[in-house]
Amino acid sequence: MQISIENLSHAYGSVEVLNDINLTFEPGEIAVIIGPSGCGKSTLLRLMGGLEEPSKGAAYIAGQAPEGSFNPLTYIFQDFALLPWRSVAGNISLVLEDHKLSKQQSKAIIDDVLARTNLSEFHDALPRQLSGGMKQRVAIARALAVRPAFLLMDEPLSALDSQTRELLMDDLVALWAREAFSACYVTHNLAEAVRLGHKVIVLSRRPGKVRDVVEISIPLEERRERAVELEEVQQQLWHMMREEALAADRELADV
Amino acid sequence: MSDQINRKKVPFRGGGFKPRPIRFVAPFVFLALVLFWEFGSRTGIISNLVLPAPSEAFQAFLDLYNSGLFWKHVSTSLYRLVFGWSIGTALGILVGLLIGLFSLARSSLLPLTSAFFPIPKIALLPLFIIWFGIGEGSKVATILFGTFFPTVIATYGGVDNVERGLIRMGQSFGMSWLSIVRKIILPGALPAILSGARISASIAIILLVAAEMIGAEYGIGAYVLMAGSLFATDQLIVGVAMLSILGLCVSWLIGKAEKALLNWRG
Repeated sequence: MQISIENLSHAYGSVEVLNDINLTFEPGEIAVIIGPSGCGKSTLLRLMGGLEEPSKGAAYIAGQAPEGSFNPLTYIFQDFALLPWRSVAGNISLVLEDHKLSKQQSKAIIDDVLARTNLSEFHDALPRQLSGGMKQRVAIARALAVRPAFLLMDEPLSALDSQTRELLMDDLVALWAREAFSACYVTHNLAEAVRLGHKVIVLSRRPGKVRDVVEISIPLEERRERAVELEEVQQQLWHMMREEALAADRELADV
Repeated sequence: MSDQINRKKVPFRGGGFKPRPIRFVAPFVFLALVLFWEFGSRTGIISNLVLPAPSEAFQAFLDLYNSGLFWKHVSTSLYRLVFGWSIGTALGILVGLLIGLFSLARSSLLPLTSAFFPIPKIALLPLFIIWFGIGEGSKVATILFGTFFPTVIATYGGVDNVERGLIRMGQSFGMSWLSIVRKIILPGALPAILSGARISASIAIILLVAAEMIGAEYGIGAYVLMAGSLFATDQLIVGVAMLSILGLCVSWLIGKAEKALLNWRG
């Protein structure tokens, strides 16, 4: 399945946030969207998954969703969005309950995704008992449970401390290595972008336009060792973003 | 070197501002108050005309108990309370949900709620008697209307405060509207609904006396009113103490319900 965005513009009232975006997201690769704060990157993600309607243009999906996918476009949120009154397993079962699965089927899915995210021992824990990293792992497990065709990740690591972020990045790389998933990953963190992205889309400041698309050919699993090469790409991205970030930072917020 | 000798410990200036419950203080204070009261009555500091001694009130309670009417009063009142409160709360949650979920309901029912909430239901008792009869109907209706409005306000406030992120999550996973309401909005509003229940239960007990003002032979409220009109202050205190204990029981029950239903809050 492929997602394409065509001539998409979006405005909140008189404030234009996105301007004429044209992008294609290929299956099996992780596309990272970076940009200065307020450039509309999270808005773009919400428009892609149908949580908001664009003012102009549209996002299209081409091709069939894979067999057995309950929710082709699945989000992972920055604030985890776990129900605090449900256990880890309950939070995952929540998104399966509308799909008329038998008890055994949903139990099998829950056990499988918990095993894949190393959470099996936290089956009955409540969200408040978990650290931030563990909560995001639960959210990832929940997203995997509906067998998504595309993961839409909205700054998934931004609420975590830097050590946890490293650990989770390794987890994501391992998950991808096991079974290549397609994802659109929004972040403002360049280190995450160069560690996880097959291509990095740089947005300009508001109104967001596509400034550049940088392809990174180093395989994900090798990136930790080839840090020097990665650093170069990161510098290149930072060079592109610096002016935008500086200008965005000096803007008066009168929206 | 001299700096080393002249050293002082950094003075502690944090702490405080964190009251914690201390066990057994409350019963002790209560007991002390009753003892002081009894002592004041015995020595004549508190005139018997002003306030009867606790021992006299206790004697009045024993009289009531021995007459066999105690359970009659309590059960009659409990029936009215439970009946009126549960229907009022159920309807209140329903209307609160409607206001919380639908724009049309919000624009139409919310102003009405705001208009009717401050009306003292006691003032409407004559109307209730005409509408629902002088028997149980008017009494239950008074309590029902009294508990309905605070529940509506608590419920829609709770629905409004459910984290939008959780609702968006439900939508993003393609959950049905009904599932989102049942599994995300209702449990998310439950803390507010339960604290609303605490308030409405107290209001129900307050209204009990009003509801039993006209045409009631039995009931704690009727007992209190009867004692009041005869200036039998010892009986009055027994009745008031019964209402107070009833309030404590209800508050304890709701505390239990909160513990059971909201244990996820930790």
